[in-house]
Amino acid sequence: MLITQLKSKETIEALAQGKTVIINCHGCKEVYFAEHEADELQKDLNGVTQIITTDYICNPDNLKLQLQKHTDVINAADTILVFSCGVGVQTVAAQFESKKVYSCCDTYPLPGFQGVTPLNVDCGQCGECYLNGTGGICPITACSKSLLNGQCGGAKEGMCEVDKEMECGWERIYRKLEKLNKLDNMKYDAPKVRNYHNPNAEEPII
Amino acid sequence: MRITELFQRGEFVLTAEVGPPKGVELDHLIKDAHEYLKTRVHALNVTDNQSSVMRTGSLATCKVLKDEGLLPIFQITCRDRNRIALQSDVLSAALLGIENLLLLTGDYTTLGDHPQAKPVFDLDSVSLIHAVKRMEEGFDIAGNAIDGAPPKFAKGAVVSPCSDSVDVQLAKMEAKVKAGCEYFQTQGVYEPEKFIKFMEQAKQFGVPVQLGLIIPKNVGMCRYMNANVAGVHVPDDMIKELQADKEKTKAGDTGVEICARLIKECKDYAQGVHIMSLGWENRIPEILDMAGIAPITPVV
Repeated sequence: MLITQLKSKETIEALAQGKTVIINCHGCKEVYFAEHEADELQKDLNGVTQIITTDYICNPDNLKLQLQKHTDVINAADTILVFSCGVGVQTVAAQFESKKVYSCCDTYPLPGFQGVTPLNVDCGQCGECYLNGTGGICPITACSKSLLNGQCGGAKEGMCEVDKEMECGWERIYRKLEKLNKLDNMKYDAPKVRNYHNPNAEEPII
Repeated sequence: MRITELFQRGEFVLTAEVGPPKGVELDHLIKDAHEYLKTRVHALNVTDNQSSVMRTGSLATCKVLKDEGLLPIFQITCRDRNRIALQSDVLSAALLGIENLLLLTGDYTTLGDHPQAKPVFDLDSVSLIHAVKRMEEGFDIAGNAIDGAPPKFAKGAVVSPCSDSVDVQLAKMEAKVKAGCEYFQTQGVYEPEKFIKFMEQAKQFGVPVQLGLIIPKNVGMCRYMNANVAGVHVPDDMIKELQADKEKTKAGDTGVEICARLIKECKDYAQGVHIMSLGWENRIPEILDMAGIAPITPVV
């Protein structure tokens, strides 16, 4: 099972910039999602033009189908806030390449069945989602070394030294940030260091 | 001595790479270092399980070289140690009087001779530089105070000027500088024009850069690097040059000439040279002679 825990209200408020569309995923019953808390929080956010609640956004075909009727409002939006597990956020970010797509949840694992991921996109369930700084591409799962602070010296013609069939995750992140005009995301003071002491995910209330 | 002091003095800093063997007989390494390197380069990089192949450790070898009156640079990768072991080894280096560090992410485990090993990468090159800087300020990366006088190092890192995505490399370089990196050694350069263009952009960071050279031993090696080694590209003309006189290339003379020429062409844009000779330490004096670089007075 997965737990998706909401990021703090301040974090989410800071992410909601300009016209904002919210996508909630209530797909997997195996994923614990703080529905009520998310609803309350979303009511107070500024600039929200649409709240879309759907399911299985991890599946790109399903996502496209579900969002068809919202095309106009999404096209007009500056920001898309996604309330889902890390796979859902990455699928939305891949589908809306030129939009700022942000994750409002951190995804934690719990032992047992881990939801349905019918594609190559993966979520490391690290509990401290990095997708908001990386253009919606996960550095934990898209980089063989799970590096957090940029490309190593091992990429050749954009491909990874570990698996030549795999694109360098950090090169993908860099190109995406370049496209979003967000390269400044890579300039921060203290380098990022992973926390393997998994913070206390709240027990699911089911 | 910290090699940053040499850069500050405006010296053209010369370093060479040596690799500990898979075993504890260092006689050959020490003999070569005395014979070919002591009066030609300021410091010796000691690789850390280079190419993910298990060997004698870098730190122990650094200590042996130091006792021999040579100036070692302790290379540390993040592949095999978590943050506890990395910081502990940094303190151990300080204890042993090793003052020069080169901090790297490291090759992936599967490239070496223990492909089954667990790849660690708990920190990466940037966060490792940051960790060392924090230790110099008296704290470990978790914020705990370090007893007594904090250590002080010359903190170096690497960058690939001839990478096919040099903009991504420059972004990483900037992150390393921000984290506290004080000098750079580059991946092997065979294309001076790319290096010069890179240096024009890199000079904004105000950190010295040593031109990295890998002696091209033969055509096969160059083709192998072109296909497999990230950030390295040997242009066709150079491969033709190696093919032209087979005997000369076999004797190693073509590779020596190429390296000397690269130094001459890039010298004005770099603050030093770092030679990765891969066992050809004995050719380093010739390369430097041919490039017009005089012997040095050894520093310890």
